[in-house]
Amino acid sequence: MQWETVIGLEIHTQLATKSKIFSGAPTAFGAEPNTQACAIDLGLPGVLPVLNAEAVRLAVRFGSAIQAEIAPRSVFARKNYFYPDLPKGYQISQYELPVVGKGLVEIVLEDGTVKTIGVTRAHLEEDAGKSLHEEFQDFTGIDLNRAGTPLLEIVSEPDMRSPQDAVAYAKKIHQIVRYIGISDGNMQEGSFRMDANVSVRPVGQEAFGTRAEIKNVNSFRFLEKAIQFEVERQIDLIEGGGTVVQETRLYDAAKDETRSMRTKEEANDYRYFPDPDLLPLEIDAAFIKNATADLPELPDAKRARFHAEHGLSEYDANLLTGSRELADYFEVVAKESGEPKLAANWVSGELMAALNKAEKELAESPVSAPLLAGLIKRIKDGTISGKIAKQVFEAMWQGEGDADQVIESQGLKQITDSGAIETMIDEIIAANSGQVEQYRAGKEKVFGFFVGQAMKASKGKANPQQVNEILKRKLQG
Amino acid sequence: MQNKSIAQLAADLRLRTYSSVELTKHYLDRIARLDPSLNSFITVAGASALAAAERADQALRAGDAGPLTGIPIAHKDIFCTKGVKTTCGSRMLENFIAPYDATVVEKLAAAGAVVLGKTNMDEFAMGSSNETSYYGPVKNPWNHDLVPGGSSGGSAAAVAARLCAAATGTDTGGSIRQPAALCGITGIKPTYGRCSRWGMIAFASSLDQAGVMARSAADAAFVLDEMAGFDQRDSTSADEPVPDYVDALDNDLKGLRIGLPKEYFGAGLDARVASSVQAAIDEYQRLGAEVVEISLPNSPLSVPVYYVVAPAECSSNLARFDGVRYGHRCADPRDLEDLYKRSRAEGFGPEVQRRIMVGTYVLSAGYYDAYYLKAQKIRQLIADDFKRAFEQVDVIMGPTAPTTAFEIGAKMDDPVSMYLNDIYTIATNLAGLPGISIPVAPVEGLPVGLQIIGNYFQEARLLNVAHMLQHVTHWHQAAPVGFE
Repeated sequence: MQWETVIGLEIHTQLATKSKIFSGAPTAFGAEPNTQACAIDLGLPGVLPVLNAEAVRLAVRFGSAIQAEIAPRSVFARKNYFYPDLPKGYQISQYELPVVGKGLVEIVLEDGTVKTIGVTRAHLEEDAGKSLHEEFQDFTGIDLNRAGTPLLEIVSEPDMRSPQDAVAYAKKIHQIVRYIGISDGNMQEGSFRMDANVSVRPVGQEAFGTRAEIKNVNSFRFLEKAIQFEVERQIDLIEGGGTVVQETRLYDAAKDETRSMRTKEEANDYRYFPDPDLLPLEIDAAFIKNATADLPELPDAKRARFHAEHGLSEYDANLLTGSRELADYFEVVAKESGEPKLAANWVSGELMAALNKAEKELAESPVSAPLLAGLIKRIKDGTISGKIAKQVFEAMWQGEGDADQVIESQGLKQITDSGAIETMIDEIIAANSGQVEQYRAGKEKVFGFFVGQAMKASKGKANPQQVNEILKRKLQG
Repeated sequence: MQNKSIAQLAADLRLRTYSSVELTKHYLDRIARLDPSLNSFITVAGASALAAAERADQALRAGDAGPLTGIPIAHKDIFCTKGVKTTCGSRMLENFIAPYDATVVEKLAAAGAVVLGKTNMDEFAMGSSNETSYYGPVKNPWNHDLVPGGSSGGSAAAVAARLCAAATGTDTGGSIRQPAALCGITGIKPTYGRCSRWGMIAFASSLDQAGVMARSAADAAFVLDEMAGFDQRDSTSADEPVPDYVDALDNDLKGLRIGLPKEYFGAGLDARVASSVQAAIDEYQRLGAEVVEISLPNSPLSVPVYYVVAPAECSSNLARFDGVRYGHRCADPRDLEDLYKRSRAEGFGPEVQRRIMVGTYVLSAGYYDAYYLKAQKIRQLIADDFKRAFEQVDVIMGPTAPTTAFEIGAKMDDPVSMYLNDIYTIATNLAGLPGISIPVAPVEGLPVGLQIIGNYFQEARLLNVAHMLQHVTHWHQAAPVGFE
């Protein structure tokens, strides 16, 4: 039987506020345990939450970025369950009325096709603390620094049909939250966590299969592997005569498998109800206008513009809009060099490869955008060939100066003096009479041999077009 | 001294007739002598009270004193007090000392009031008789076999017994007004949001409101003046100006339209209580008020609605008492579940456990719509009843409680009969309206309360209406035998 995979994602992204969502305690990562938790975060008796307006502003920016409706009135609700790192015995979240309604994002698949993925909703909530099991013997430590950190939970429609779709969508959301500056998206620090709802159904069937939810995945690679494993597990199970049960599963990266955490029967009844300590959140047009006034150009718009304005392929446009920093870098190179296509090739090719090899972030690149533009200008005006340019780039990467300085100091300027090239070619023809005869007898492949000889003799500096022309003329005799 | 009004005490302190330290010692001495028979205090904070009195005397000497400077009061043990333990009447918080003051505590301290201690109460404010306190029942000063009412029973008994000049209370379904009625004092529950809930341990957040228990409306006005106001730390506190409650006390009552809801004078009301209430209303007519019969048709539903909404909220509010970070923790827990179960089973008394269970039930999947959501809808209908009534009348009057104080132990095995004691007070909490209870003619030597309900933020009017009756009658001046 042919199976179709259905995936929906819930992404928790930590909002980049200075203080917590319902208290004034700081949100900075990595402090000593329990040093960034005030009475409100500790859930002491008599304390009350007060909503941080900055968290709302960031949520509104996200809503606007995915073309969603911002609810004029949304409601905070209590999600009740007992856990040692949940100080109040409930999490303040949003349930029936979330701040961000239906929206959509576009993903670009490997083959360049664009697919729209629906976002059901996004809501504000507070994070829980952390239980530390490994550090202690015979007891569990509780660190409440993270308790009350603002999160935006972004819930997708079940619109994804493959692990690759899911990764592309997750990357897109990651890209958006960083573009619009609402989250640092740092996955190691837990600022971007993904839950995947996965089910399978026979191709052609309308109804969804029973889903399993894989909790708390914190890398795109693990997301892909976890879904892959889960899909295979479900198909094997069904084909073996079993049935999928609705449950929560955990992905174990070390074993590359998912395993059951709790079944539906064991699931909590969260007893959601509106939090009586907080008034409904009312957002007016002025607030939205303020929150979104300085929104940057969003990835999809930028991609479309790169495609239209710079004539880039969908694939390149998508790649180069992967992050705001990369897109900005590319645009500087394209603008200063006046050669967008060359700029795209160099940024996505040589530069990316060098960064990967050196394990550096773009911001740490020794070759800045203006420097790379300077190099491309020299390719464009014929001072150097593309091949020599790679050599110049390498020197620039090593900090040997800008393109002109490297070309000058290493003597890499292209030879365009046709008299000099003719003399050189005459010498080559004279020294290789056998190959000349072969060529003249119709073996045109030998032409490449002569080009090679010419480039070798000029140390790669001879202008390739001129070499071609002069060779053709002289060989035809 | 203990029979003087706050205005008189304040004048005496200014004239150095006696100092705040002397006044405070006088009250501490009365507490030491008289409270063992009442049990109205859980904690007496003698040392910190005397230190506060010293500071008050300095302020008085410096001429830098307000109306409450140096006046000894008590706080219901539901208000967090920095450095003095806050038990909320529960074993769960037997040793809990908050690292902060409640806003109400902070404001009264800033006004110079001296805090004598923390008063007894029903556990987590859940009860109408003060019998659910882990620290033992409070006796009614008028008759030690009777309950003082609840949940602010300790504050009511302490004020009635002249163990403090005034006390704070909280009212979720009648917890200020009903004990005020049963102990023969004046108790005002302001509009929901009038006083900050910050630092006030939550029972049912959408209903809880802090208020004042005093011997007269005038005394209550002095205290409420300092307690009321917007607080950034409480999102539900009202950002409304606070009028001067003392200034408005003597306003004339001519033409005051009093609504008498027929539902408040029907079956279940003790006929003798009814006639006491009627006598007070007659007095108001003599003062120039008009009486209009009105109807609050949904008020019979207020008790069942309340016993869905309040337990629902309490089941969530009390989840934080889990034995993990503070409060009672059971000995040698086997595992996490055992820690939760035994800590909570040992830390909470039966009434609290009953309400947590009811609340958990009404919020659970499959029952939420039928109970919680429906209750919220009826709650709106109850508020609408009042809205219509206030188009016709200025205030609403009726009995505070259906009977005088009942015997200790009489209703502990019958929760529903206990709950029905709040039948006239609960609706105002559901609507968020202010209400006051003042003493009227006693029945067989026991106090009876007249309840006056006002429109939103009409506290000044309520205190004025109460004060004008106290101006022409002496019911509020009666003191229980042995405490004069």
